[in-house]
Formats: sequence, structure tokens, C-alpha cells
Amino acid sequence: MLMDALIPLLPFAAFVIIGLFELSGRGLHERAHWIAVPAVLGSLVFSFVAFGSVLSGGPRDLTFFNWAISGTFQASIGIHIDALTAVMLLLVTIVSSAVQIYTIGYMHGDRGYARFFAYIGLFTFSMLMLVMASNLLQLYIFWEAVGLCSYLLISHWYERPSAAAAASKAFIVNRVGDFGFSLGIFLIFTLVGSLDYDKVFAELPKHVGETISVAGVEIGVVTLISLLLFTGAMGKSAQFPLHVWLPDAMEGPTPISALIHAATMVTAGVFMMARLVPIFNLSPAAMGVAAVIGAATALFAATIAVTQNDIKRVVAYSTVSQLGYMVMACGLGASVAGIFHLLTHGAFKALLFLCCGSVIHALSGEQDLRKMGGLKSHLPVTYRTFYIGALALAGVPPLAGFFSKDEILFRAFVSGGAGIFFWGVGIVTAFLTAFYSFRLIYTVFHGPSKVEPKAMKHLHESPAVMTVPLIVLAFLSVTVGWTGLPIHGFNGIEAVLGPVLAPQEQTESPSALLVPLMLVSIVVAVAGWMTARYFYLTQPELPKRLAERVAALYRLSLNKWYVDELYDRIFVRPTIRMANGLWREVDVRMIDGVVNGVGWSALAWAGAMRRIQSGQLQHYALVMALGAFIMLTVYLLR
Amino acid sequence: MIPLSYYVMLSAVLFIIGVTGVLIRRNIIIILLSIELMLNATNINFVAFSHYLHAITGQVFVFFTLTVAAAEVAIGLAIIIALYRKKASLNVEEINRMKW
Repeated sequence: MLMDALIPLLPFAAFVIIGLFELSGRGLHERAHWIAVPAVLGSLVFSFVAFGSVLSGGPRDLTFFNWAISGTFQASIGIHIDALTAVMLLLVTIVSSAVQIYTIGYMHGDRGYARFFAYIGLFTFSMLMLVMASNLLQLYIFWEAVGLCSYLLISHWYERPSAAAAASKAFIVNRVGDFGFSLGIFLIFTLVGSLDYDKVFAELPKHVGETISVAGVEIGVVTLISLLLFTGAMGKSAQFPLHVWLPDAMEGPTPISALIHAATMVTAGVFMMARLVPIFNLSPAAMGVAAVIGAATALFAATIAVTQNDIKRVVAYSTVSQLGYMVMACGLGASVAGIFHLLTHGAFKALLFLCCGSVIHALSGEQDLRKMGGLKSHLPVTYRTFYIGALALAGVPPLAGFFSKDEILFRAFVSGGAGIFFWGVGIVTAFLTAFYSFRLIYTVFHGPSKVEPKAMKHLHESPAVMTVPLIVLAFLSVTVGWTGLPIHGFNGIEAVLGPVLAPQEQTESPSALLVPLMLVSIVVAVAGWMTARYFYLTQPELPKRLAERVAALYRLSLNKWYVDELYDRIFVRPTIRMANGLWREVDVRMIDGVVNGVGWSALAWAGAMRRIQSGQLQHYALVMALGAFIMLTVYLLR
Repeated sequence: MIPLSYYVMLSAVLFIIGVTGVLIRRNIIIILLSIELMLNATNINFVAFSHYLHAITGQVFVFFTLTVAAAEVAIGLAIIIALYRKKASLNVEEINRMKW
């Protein structure tokens, strides 16, 4: 039990120690990792222990303290580990460990080195507490805490205006989603009077069928709750139309992109949907909305990733797209498949980001795909691991991405009704995914070198401290998928998560469809791969000509469907204009006017009154004599 | 025996002369003299009432008043000398620094 508590507390201790050294003025600087890395490795070990004991002994609970007690309401902070939590613990601690070790090499010589490790520690703590929450309040607190860490880490290079703006954007866009999330939690509390998962899951089904009037429209209260909670997931997991912050978040250092904006924090939305699946299951309407939004996001982001020229942005849009898959899976009632994809995606996307970081590091900070090429022989380790990551992302068997993505597509296909439509969207997205994955490989590592001479001089493979995490993650990207083989008896993920996430169902799927669908997926993935090969290796002039042929479509994709511009017109600029108006008219004219007016009138009065003070002795004497005379007269004549 | 009203009238006349002097004269020494005149007008009142009421208190009071008056003149003259050194003038209209 104590060891369970150490899982989140070790990274927190690392944060506190490094932070205190920073505050004391004698920072740890390049020694910070001697505290951070052992701490996170410790929590990795304890996570494995916890995982083992959950598998054999069932869920584990430990309450740290009761945070708020008021009447019948009670909120406690503590840890609750069941199968879902245990696999998330493994994911978070493995990726966090790999990323922190990688960071030693990547951030070497950075001014904020110790600060960076402190914030990663805080993030790891918050994320672990988030997945271990046993009530909605703790979930929400650490949901916000990971958002804060994301903000702090995106703006790590805060002197760059673009980084500061990206951090603000991430925070503000998340606020929109979190607002809905908090409303959902409030609504649950008013209905049930408790925020504990168990009580909520037990009580909420009794309220199915009740309606509530929102702006004159009657809506099922459980549907409303589910939709509001889903809004939170949309913000955190960057689902359309709240996806805009994630690509911009790439302004942060690359290890952060790998840890927070690919493997862990952005998957919190999907995790939340899986965790609260008993609530979502009550509302088919909300599930439908989630499925549609997930599918739309998957396709939408994939079309953007195809044309982006910034290496990290391609991977970022790919993340948005893959998150779309997961949300779609949760929306279709296949949360096990969603979480499975979350795990495999965590491994291969962290790998891809760290590889991007390695490439960027080797090229002295260059991120533009058009200034790369031919790096294969210079970065052998990065090349091979990147290749594995791309294969996994593209869904080529037998790598991790294939099994999880195929599971989602299969579930979509057999879910009936509109399922075949979702399957179609998924297949198209899979084709685009394979295409842009190998577009990256071919433009970065193959073909003629377009590296600038200045960067060429410093070109070098990254040190071992960076490549070893790559190799570990590459190994995981190959093998994690094997935990969920779609063969009865070999599907470990289903066996572990099934009882938690979908206890009542598990009708054994008609496996007659399984093999044909799998073949389609393989064909599509290989087709995407070969198309990219043809476009970028065999006929390097083709993409340019194609872009000219369908210039409108190309521009639409390159400019990310103009969503940012649209938001700028609709939300940002009117807000700024309103703020300016309030500032100039209300604040300066009215409020300052009143305050200054009081001051001015006092001054004016004083200016008039001070004329009485003539300084002439005899004026004062006269006034005094007249006063005495008047008083005397009044006294005598009374 | 001279009636009390005569003394009171004399005192009042002296006091008004003093007040008038303070108000209309420009020479600061004359103003100081006028203040002395007003003080002594009150002294006459004290003595007259003391005599008519057969109470010695009034006369004792006069001694105190005279002492205070002497001290006041000493300080007043010292201030006037200091002022004269600074301004080379005794005109009270020119001594008007204490204002806005």
C-alpha cells in the first residue's frame, strides 16, 4: 500500500526538491536529473509492482486525506488502482522515464534545465494522480493541474513570443472544454449529491429519462451530463473544433511534445471517457456525438498532416488524428479498443516525437522538412527507430499500431447501423496516415540532402542518453500490440480491461469478418506507404505538380482549413475589440473619469478657498475683530 | 467717588483705539503698541471692578497680565528686529509670506 503511494509521490518529491533549490538561488542546474530520473524510475518500478498485484489481487484503494467534508458531501484525495489505472500508470511512468532520460541529452546546456525537470516532475505527479482518482473532484483538480504543467512547459522558452502565445492559446482553448467539464460535474453533484465514482455510477441510472430545460429546449439530463463531460474530453484530447491548441503547443521543447502532447496528457480525455464509461453508456445520443466528432477529427487532422512542412506539426496533426480514432472508439462503445490504441499510440508517438527531437537536435534546431533530406547515413539509430515508429503509426503488421487500429476499425464495422460509415472514414484516414508517415521518412532521411551548410557542419548522431530511450520505445512500439492479439485467449488487453470497462457485454465477435477486414487494413496501409514512396522517392517532382493541379485543395490543407483564421475572426478579434472598447470607453473614460473627477473637484475647491489666505496680518485681524463684534452683538441682543 | 461706568467707558475707548490701531496702522511697532493699549484697557477694567467689588483677586490678576505683556513685548520686539534685518522694512503689508 505504501508502495502505491510512492508512485505519485516520488515525482512530486523530485519537483519539490529541485524547485526549492531553484528558489534558494543556488539551483541544481545540470545536476537536476540526478534527482528527477531516479525518482521517476522508482515510480516506474512501483507501477509494475502495483500492476502485478492488481492483476492478482483486484483493485486497491488508499485514502491520503479527506479534503472537504460538508454535510453529507465528502471529497477525499487518495489513490484507487484498478486494471484501467494500472495500465495507465505503466504508460505514464514508462514514457515519462524515457522522456526524462532523453531530456538529459536534449536539453543539455539549456538555461532552464533544472526548471524543466522540476515541471516534468510536477506533471508526472499530476498525471499519475489524475489516473488514480476515485472521485470526480480529484479527477478535475489534476485535470487542471496537468493543463497548468502543459502551459508551463510549452512556454519553457518564454522569451520567444510564439511560445508564450502558444502556451496561452493551449490554456484558453482548454478552458472552453474544462468549462463544460466542470458544468457536467456540477450537474452530477446536484443530481446525485456525491462525486465518488461508485456512487455516481450506481445512482445515475435512476435519473435516465428525466429531462432538464436548457434555453427552452427539453434535454435528457444524463445526455446533457455526458455531452458536457465530453466537451472536457474534446478540449484535453484536442478534438475538432477545440483541436487548434495542440499543433501550436509544438512550440515547447520536443520532450514535452512527446510526453504531454502525444503520450499522456492529451489522452486524458480518452481516459476520462473510458473511466466514466458507465455514465456515457446511459446516453446513446452523447455516444453518437462522440463517435461523429472522433471520426471527423481523425479524417480532418489527417488531411492537414499530409501537407505540413514543419516536422513536429506533421506529427502533431497525426496525434490529433489518432486521438480522433480513440474518441471514435469510445463513442462506439469500444472503450477497450480505445484504451488499447491509447497505449500503443503512447509508445509509438512518443518514439516519433523523440526521433523528431533527435533530428532537430542534429540539425541545430531546424524543423523545416524542406531543409532536410539524406540524413539516413548520418543518423543511423534515429533513422531505424523513426522507421519503426512510422511503421507502427501507419498500421503495418506486426507492429503495435496495426493491432490497436484494426481493433477499432473492426469494432466500428460490426457495431451496426452507421458503423460501416465510421469504418470507411477510419480506412481513408489509415491511408492518409500511412502516406504522411512515410512522407516524413522519405523527405527527412532519403533523397538529396537539402540541409543548410551551417547545420551540416554540426551534423551528428545524438548521444547514447538520447538514443537508448529511442531504442526502448521502438522495442515497445513493436511489442505492445502483441498484448492485444485478436485471437481468443491471447487478447491480454481485453482480459485485463474488459471486466472494468465493459463487464456486461463481450459477445464473442463474429470472427469470419476479422480476417477480410484485417486484409483491407493491411492493403490500405501498404498502399499509403507505396504512394508516399512513389511521390517522394521515385518521382520527387510529382507532389509539386499535384499541388499545382489542385491548388485550392492544397492551400486548404496547408492552411489547416483556415480554422485558426476563422477563430481569429469570430472570437479573437471581436474579443480584443471589445476589450479595447471597455478599456478606452468604460475604464479610461467612465471609471477613471469619476475617480479623477473627485480629485479634480477637490483641487478646484481648494484653489478657490486658498485665496482667503492673503498673508496680510491686518486682514486676519479685521476678520477676527468682526467675528468678535458679531458674537458680542448676538450675545447682547439675544 | 467716580462711578464705575466712567472706568468702563475709559477702558472701552482705550480698547477701541487699540483695535483701530491694529487694523489701520502699517508700522508694525505701532501695531505692537496698539496691542499693549488693548491689554492695558483690560487692566483698567480689572482694577476698577476689583475696587468696586472689594475683591483683591482682580488686582493680583493685573500683575500677571503685566508680566505676560512684558514677556510678549520682549518676544514681539525680537521678532520685529529679526524681520527688519531680513526685509529692511517695518511695513506690515510687505510682511506677507504666510499665504498660499
